This record gives sequence, structure tokens and C-alpha cells, in this order.
Amino acid sequence: MSERDVSRELAPVKVTLDVNGTAHRLEVPAHRTLLDAIRDDIGLTGTKKCCADGECGACTVFLDGRIVNSCLVLCAEAEGCSVGTIESLSVGGLTDLQEEFLAAGAVQCGVCIPGQVMAAEALLQTNPTAKPAEIREAMSGNLCRCAGYERIVAAIQAAAKRRGSSR
Amino acid sequence: MTADPVPPERGAPSGHGAESYRAIGRPVTRSGGAERVTGAQSYLTDLVFPGAAEVAFATIPVGCAEIVAVDTSPATALPGVIAVVTAADLPPSASRFGISHQDRPVLASGTVNFHGEPVAAVVAETSDLARAAADAIEIEYRELPGVYNLADALTSDARLVQDPSIRPRDPLNDTNVLETADYAWGELEPEQARTHLIVENTYTFPMVTHFPIEPGGVVAAPTDDGGVAVYSPVQHPYLLQRIVADLTELPLSKVRVVAPDPGGGFGGKQTPRYEPLLAFLAIQTERTCRLVLSLEETFQLMRRSGCRIAARTGFTQDGQLTFHELSADFSIGAYADVAPRVMTKGSYVGAGPYRIPVVRVAARAVLTNTTPSCAFRGFGAPQVSWATESQLDAGGRQLGIDSLEMRRRNLVGVGEAFICGDHEATADGRWHESLERAAELIDWSEPVTPGRGRGIAVGIKPGATSGLSQSLVRLLYDGSAIVYAGTSDMGQGARTLWQQILAEELGVELGRITIISGDTDVVPFDLQTSASRSTVFMGNAVLEACRDIRLRVRRLYAEATGIDEADLTDSPGVMIGPDGAMPLVEAAQAALGGLRGEFVGQGTCRLRGVQGHPLGGDAAFYEFNCTAVEVDIDPDTGELLLTKHVTVGDVGTELNPLQVVSQDEGAAIMGLGHTLMEQVLLDDHGRIQNLGALDYRIPTFNDVAIEMVSDSIENNDGPGPYGCKGISEGALLCTSGAVGAAVADAIGVQLRDLPITAERIWTAMRAADARSAE
Ligand code: FES
Ligand code: FES
Repeated sequence: MSERDVSRELAPVKVTLDVNGTAHRLEVPAHRTLLDAIRDDIGLTGTKKCCADGECGACTVFLDGRIVNSCLVLCAEAEGCSVGTIESLSVGGLTDLQEEFLAAGAVQCGVCIPGQVMAAEALLQTNPTAKPAEIREAMSGNLCRCAGYERIVAAIQAAAKRRGSSR
Repeated sequence: MTADPVPPERGAPSGHGAESYRAIGRPVTRSGGAERVTGAQSYLTDLVFPGAAEVAFATIPVGCAEIVAVDTSPATALPGVIAVVTAADLPPSASRFGISHQDRPVLASGTVNFHGEPVAAVVAETSDLARAAADAIEIEYRELPGVYNLADALTSDARLVQDPSIRPRDPLNDTNVLETADYAWGELEPEQARTHLIVENTYTFPMVTHFPIEPGGVVAAPTDDGGVAVYSPVQHPYLLQRIVADLTELPLSKVRVVAPDPGGGFGGKQTPRYEPLLAFLAIQTERTCRLVLSLEETFQLMRRSGCRIAARTGFTQDGQLTFHELSADFSIGAYADVAPRVMTKGSYVGAGPYRIPVVRVAARAVLTNTTPSCAFRGFGAPQVSWATESQLDAGGRQLGIDSLEMRRRNLVGVGEAFICGDHEATADGRWHESLERAAELIDWSEPVTPGRGRGIAVGIKPGATSGLSQSLVRLLYDGSAIVYAGTSDMGQGARTLWQQILAEELGVELGRITIISGDTDVVPFDLQTSASRSTVFMGNAVLEACRDIRLRVRRLYAEATGIDEADLTDSPGVMIGPDGAMPLVEAAQAALGGLRGEFVGQGTCRLRGVQGHPLGGDAAFYEFNCTAVEVDIDPDTGELLLTKHVTVGDVGTELNPLQVVSQDEGAAIMGLGHTLMEQVLLDDHGRIQNLGALDYRIPTFNDVAIEMVSDSIENNDGPGPYGCKGISEGALLCTSGAVGAAVADAIGVQLRDLPITAERIWTAMRAADARSAE
């Protein structure tokens, strides 16, 4: 039997945040995660949910320019922040990184892939010449049960090379 | 009989080489890939169902209990609650259901038989309200002495997991043994005389869970015609349709199953579990009802059976197997699901792909108060392979013969029987080639660096033993095409292969081919997506549909042009007439003429079973794999570093090398999971202790070998299109055996319990040190 005061827990809070360049004003329960807000309140379902525990990386988004597991952030904590989701990457068509994911055979069931692409994008931005060992380390928070790990590393290397030669 | 150990060039074609195909054998990128890298792909929980009500379950925190009373009134009283349903509220037709055994209740009734089994379901306006209401339900229960492991389940006074009334005609219904399988051949006595060494050991294989990155869920909605639509990311939509139709007493035509592409299945999304309940909730409330599962709930929905295998094996002095006896107990959980089949099929190949004069395999599917186990990549084969491969190495170590040589001496050659008796099974591939290729790739002949160890092992798994796949292909006027094929594309890339087959056979451009699947209202019947069958079964059905279209084009072209049909030849992608060859799509357009229209082709692939066969029929093909690994063990901590991991599959023909590599590496790394880290742990109350991603580790980027090599042998000798075989499971069949052998090679001690954790290695090393100090 629950002793909790359900109505208090469900009391809404007002949050303003920017998602992919668009301002959103939301009224959500205080316990609503950023992940659920992105998926259910804003309707962007490219960001995926698996563990809801910060362990799998499926929900990876950019929050003020740094990647986070959006299941570990409360929507209310993102007040005034700017959020970038997978949908923001490919507005002008597939990115070089996304193309390399396909070419390398990194995409199987695909559920983990948006999170993988976001984490890889962040890695390429911070360490454009990452070596395989560094790639593995940086990506180790993103689980893939289809285990396309070798393919993903190959895709990131190929994208890094493309970016390096076009610089 | 001797085998041919000389490996050919990679992919050397025996008949048709890939170079003569236009689309087959090419690394075509995944159909649906762009959607998956951009997040546009809609999995079940991404679909929008306006006005849907949300469902949550009430459970109790023990694995076995009598339900004394359920007070739903505190939940019913809450705002936004539409319905609260217990087993008593379901219609009489909501009987127990299942595939081979009708033993699973739609909702727990009378007892809870495993941790997490739902006792009541709440339908509410939002998921928060549904959760709060489910938590408010008061369940009074009396904990019972559940059986949570094999030892407890098999004692003579063990509590019965299933009441005998659930299987009244079963002579074993007063035990926890649900089914048994026995395979035996050969006379023991003469072989004993030849036997120089007998090795006897017991091995264990842990319960592990599928952990799909898409936990999934179910949505059910009443339809306008008085039926019900069920949305579920299942591997077997037509099975689900049948079971829901049976339970709701609706005709098949009024049960529509929509199966969005699963976000990972691995066998865990084959059988119906909560779908019947959701169908009843939708019918009762006249609302669309949505259940979204958490990852924790999927741990309580699917797992691989754990296994304990006692093995006794005889060898001649030069390492030839003389006899092999196995008794394997599979801990299958509280309800049958497909676990009896897992036990039967896995133990069928229990003796491995070897030439053994005498074999005795006795296997049992044992009920326990745990999550019902189901299909999981490998389907029982990895469990028994762990024991048999380790036995070969144990014998070899004592005889001074290395792992490779042990396999060279015992592995059957092509056409040679490895299962004897009334229903003999023979090697359908040149398996020695895979063995030699893997040995070469791991540099077996080079000395091992001190502190490291190397292991090599082989595995087989029978493919489907019966099956039916039907498909339709429509070649449209403008030369584009639509394929209707019921295979669930859960990551293996089935759609890509159907595109390649159409491109090959009809000459349609890949980008102009649409694949429709996952909707029983539209797509013809397909038995199931399992056992790596689809490329062979559905592939042949699509191929036949294409050839049907080619015949129709030829006939109509002859009629339309007045050319004698006998002067026309249809061949892949082209039509050859008196004036030479023309693209088939152009011939099709010319044949259709001003009325336009389209060609519809139909294809069926049917494999009937064999009466009296222990598996119900001969396997359409065998998946064969050889895995070789090199490990580095830290002598102070027991930590294992995988320095190299080689997997070689006997694939027949690679229809798409990119997808073959993805599947092969994926399976291999998944195999590292149950080998090195994964196990579901239970407490004394049958509760899963490591429930969720925080405590249950699966392989990450950091767990993959420093160097990983995936290769294949192509002899175009499979029963599928262009000589292919199924390939999606091979690379995890013998991962454990290979790693176990490498660890033994490195530390001099063989481990027999999976997972091989650093702690177990460390303990084994210390025990060995203590022994040698004595
Ligand atoms: S869903 Fe956020 S880390 Fe798994
Ligand atoms: S592609 Fe399936 S989980 Fe990564």
C-alpha cells in the first residue's frame, strides 16, 4: 500500500527550454525527466529509452553543448538550457558520421544508434584524432546489444578521417 | 573417412561466383538504415496512439506465493483510473495459453510463480496515474517455499512449480520435470576396451537475460469491425495472432497484429506474454491500451535457461573420442514457453560435430520458480557446447594433444554422420575448412606469449526443422516493386536481402523496392522469424515469387508482341528475345502496355517435418562456427584481457558481406557476455538481485578483443537462395569453450562454471598454487 501523496508528486512545474533551436514552454510533473519531456511532451522520439538509469546511453543528448544521459536529468533542471537531440544533426541530410555508420555496417536493430551517433559526434568534436583505444573508452557508456562495437569504431575512424582531410 | 583440411581461397566459389551476380554478394547498406541513424525509425514506443490509456502492473516482491486476497478498491478510487483487472475479472475464454504447453495464465491466478508475475493490471489515463494506482492495490499473500534452482527443484519432496492439474495426462506431473529428451547410439562395451582415458566433469551455464536495448511493450486497440488490433514488436506476428484469436474467440480475420521492427529480439520477442492481457483490457475498456515495459520488467519477461551438465567422455591414446555421455538439466522457469524445445534441440547436438561411436545424452527441462526462459540466440546449443568443448580440451590436456589437433582428429568430414541411429544427421558443409581458417587467423602454429593462452572450439546448431514462408511481389508499371514478406527485421537486415534478391532476379534498382512486413492484415503468412531461418525460407519464397513474375512477364510479352513464347528466355534481370536482351522491367512495361497494371508473383517455401524424428524433422541446414581466442591473464588479479578473437562461420554464400560481418561479430560479442560477465542472480525469495542495467553487466566497447577477426567459408552449399545458409547465431555457439580453453592454457587450470569472472580465475589460480605448494 502506498503512503505517498500522489497528487503532490504529480504537481506540475513550468519549464522553458530550447530544443534544437526552438523554444518550448512546458508544464510537467516535477519528477519528469528530460528524456520523457523530449519524447512525450515535445514529441521528438529519435532519442531512445532503455535503462532509464544512466547506464546505456540510448538517451544521449547535448545539454548546453555537452552530452548527457537525458534520463538522469530532470526536465526542471534543464530550465533555460539549450538541448540538442539526434533530430538536430541531419536537418540538411545525413552527416558524414551517419553515412559512415551505414557504410561500416554499424546499424543493426538501430535502437542504440541515435545515442551512439550523438556520443560519437561529441567525441569527434572534442578529440578529432581519437585512436581506437580512445574511441572505445569514450564510447563505453553506450551499450549496443546487437554489439556492433567494431563497426561503430570503424565508422568513427572513417568520419574522423573525412573531417581531417577536409579541414 | 577422412576430412579435407585444406582451406580454399576466401569465398572461392564452387559454382556460381559473386562476380557473376549484380546485387547478390555486394555490401549493400541496410534498408531502413538512414531512418535508424537519424532517429526517424519508429519502434513501438515511438508510435503515437491518440487517446490511449496506459497500463501498469501490480506485483509482489517474492518469487513464489499464494495470493490470499487482492483489494483493488484503493486503486479504483484514484482519479484517472479506468479499470483495475485481476484474473477473476477476465472472461472464461481467457484460459492458460502457450505453444506446446497451455500453462501460462493471462494474469496470475491463485499463485505467483516467479518474481514479477503480474497479479493485477491497472488501466488509467496517464502512466503516472497507472503506476500510482498499481502501487495502491493491496495484495495479501502467503510466501511459499519456492524452488529457485535445479538442486531444489529436483529433490524428491520439492514443491511442485505447476499443479498436476495443469498437465493432467503427463506421467511426470508429480515432479518438476516438464519434459525429457534422450539420444543414444552405439555399443559401449567394445569402445570401453579401446578407451585409454576417461574424463568426468560437471559444468554450469548461468541464467542470462536478453537485455534488448528496446524493452518494448504492447498496445491493443478495439477495431471498428468488433475485433482487436495488437501492436507488439514480436518476431512471430502470426503466432501472436493465432493465440489472441483463440483466447478472445475472434476469427483470425478480426485479430490484426502489427509488429513494428523490433529493437533487438535475440529470441526474446518470439512468444506472446502480455499481449493476450492487453487485448482483453482493450476489449473490456473499449479503449486503446498501452503498456510500456521498463528494462527491469524485460528481465522478468525473458531469459536463457541456465544449465548443469554432467559429462563423461572416453578417449583413445591418440585423442579419438570413444564415447561421450551427457546429462543436461535445463532450469527453464515457471512456464514452458518454448523451453522444452530449447532443451530438446540443444541437447540433440549435445555431442557436437564429432565422430563418436557411442553417445548417451539425457536431458531434462526442469521447472523452477523463475522467469520463464525462452528462445535466445543459440537455442540451447551454447549450454551443451560449453560442456562438450571443455571435455575435448580436458582430454587433450591430459593426453598432451592441443585443442586444434583434438578437433582435427574428431571433427566429421562433409557427408559424415555426427548423429547416428534411426535419424542420422550428416555434416552439410566442409567444416574442417572453418577450423583450419580460424587456426590460421589466430596464428595457432606460432608460440604463445608467456602469461597468455589460446583456445579454439567449434559449435553447431540445427536450423529450422520445418517451416512455411509465403511472400508476394508486385512489379509495378514504372519498374519499381513492392515485396510483402512477414519476416520481422530486428537487426539482421532481412529487408535488405529481399531488395537484393529482387535487384538480382528482376533487375529493379535497390532504391525502388519497398518492403512491407509486420502487419497480418496485409502481409501473407510466415511461420516465424527464428533459428536464422529467414534468409533460407523467406529468401526462397521471395526468389520463387520473382521467378513467378519472370514467367508471367514472358508469357504476356509474347502475347502482346506476337513473338512465340518459345523464342523468349527470361533470365535474371533480363528478357532475351530474337533481337537480343532487354531489361526485364522494360519488357514488363511493354507487355503491360497502355492499360498499365502490374505483375503479381507469389512464392512459398514449405518444409514439412518428418514423422518420428526426434526434432520433428531434419534441420534445413546446420550453422557451424569455429572460434579461436587469445587471452592475457593478470596473475595478481585474475583479470582477463581478450587480445584476439577470431570467428569463422560456414555460411554457404554471403548474400551481403556487410550484414554477415555485423551478425557474426554481434553474436561473438554476445557470446562473451555469458562467458565472462553475465548471470541473473536470485536471493532466497527468488527475487532477481541484479535487476537492471546498474547491476547486470553486458559487453561494452571495452570488452571487445583488442583484435577481432570475422571470416567465413563460402562453398555455396546451403539450401537457401544462391547457396546460402543461416548465419546469425554461429559465432556464440562455442565462445565459452574457446575462452575456457584459452584460460586453461594460460593458467593451467580448467574452469567449469560460467561466467569466467576475474574472481573465479583468481580463486582457481590460488587453489592451484596451494596444491603445488603441498
Ligand atoms: S536510458 Fe538513459 S542511459 Fe539508459
Ligand atoms: S544496433 Fe541494436 S542495440 Fe545497437
